[in-house]
Amino acid sequence: MIANLVQLATESEQNPLMPPGPELLVGTIAFAIVFFFFWKKLLPNINKVLEERRAAIEGGIEEADAMKTEAQSVLEQYKAQLAEARHEAARLRQEAQEQGATLIAEMRAEGQRQREEIIAAGHTQIEADRKAASSALRQDVGKLATDLAGKLVGESLEDHARQSRTIDRFLDELEEKAEAAR
Amino acid sequence: MSADQTQLAFDWSCRIMSDNGCGFPAPGLHSFLFKPIAEVGGFEFNKVMLLALITTGLVISFFYAAFGKAKVVPGKLQMIGEAGYDFVRRGIVYETLGKKEGEKYVPLMVSLFFFIWIMNIWSVIPLAQFPVSSIIAFPAVLAAIVYVTWVSLTFKRHGFVGFFKNITGYDKSLGPVLPLVMVIEFFSNLLVRPFTHAVRLFANMFAGHLMLVMFTVASWYLLNSWMIPAAGVSFVMTIAMIGFELFVQAVQAYVFVLLACTYIQGALAEHH
Repeated sequence: MIANLVQLATESEQNPLMPPGPELLVGTIAFAIVFFFFWKKLLPNINKVLEERRAAIEGGIEEADAMKTEAQSVLEQYKAQLAEARHEAARLRQEAQEQGATLIAEMRAEGQRQREEIIAAGHTQIEADRKAASSALRQDVGKLATDLAGKLVGESLEDHARQSRTIDRFLDELEEKAEAAR
Repeated sequence: MSADQTQLAFDWSCRIMSDNGCGFPAPGLHSFLFKPIAEVGGFEFNKVMLLALITTGLVISFFYAAFGKAKVVPGKLQMIGEAGYDFVRRGIVYETLGKKEGEKYVPLMVSLFFFIWIMNIWSVIPLAQFPVSSIIAFPAVLAAIVYVTWVSLTFKRHGFVGFFKNITGYDKSLGPVLPLVMVIEFFSNLLVRPFTHAVRLFANMFAGHLMLVMFTVASWYLLNSWMIPAAGVSFVMTIAMIGFELFVQAVQAYVFVLLACTYIQGALAEHH
């Protein structure tokens, strides 16, 4: 069998570098099919998809960028509003404090004024009462004294007393004495 | 009778130190001869041709499954396909030719790479066990396609005179050695280049196949009496060679495509 093989090899004068015709043909056909399939169908197919993917990724990035910018502007707006609101609140508080302070001061002044008024009214009243009492007392004492003196003297001194200032003078003296004693 | 090594290995009786005095059925040129498995109108159809056509079927069906209904969000198969496609497109074509000039040659290079790679891989696939590219006709066809591509491109780019300047590496600054350089360059570029391009792939696969057959056959042949340990060594070598061949197969497909790109790059280059 081996001898058979060797014989076959020598007989055919085989040269491995001489391409046999049928193989050339088959090789050409086999490769041509692969090439045309890749060229016309598969690679355009996958290139389209790769392009779509690239676009999708880039689109996604752009979208994310846009959203980021928007978020940033919203954040800035929000911050500005917050700062404004803080400012407003501070202003209102300040105003309220000022108003409160003036109100308190006004109320205090009013209270003071009312107190003084009441005190003054009290003083006036007391003074008037004192004067009334004093004049009434004076009349009563004068009358009592004249009555008493009349009874002692036996005649009415009323007219005299009314006409003279004796009693008044006497009472004034009494008062002066009382003042001095005090 | 076919010289297919699987049939040699199945010649059970042929062992070392056996009574029939059988010698080592060494692989040789006859390992690359195949009996026709079918004959259509005088056209002899053999195993290598069948493997070549299966290669076509495999490459197309894989990439059709991967890219046929390609989606923006890829499935597993599409991802693998894209990785392979990207490897050739970016790793080889864009690297040498640039994106702008290279885009046109992507289909050729992608189909070359995967066609050659699968043709090579048959070397270690059980039952097939024969690298299609170890038959010179297949590398020759592919090298011829590349040759026609870059030669016609050179003509188109540089015109008739420009073509010869480009091919011969015309450079006035070389002075008196210029004629010598031009002759060498002319032969090297126009005549030797396509030959080496095809033979580089062919010879690598041819040698790899011989080694694999040698160790495989020896593993069986030595499996007798006290030579059994030697058979073990041979078997380990077979496994190691399979691993090495897998590497060489991929590298040779890569080198073939890389050289094709380099030739086209040379054709595009401006002559000075």
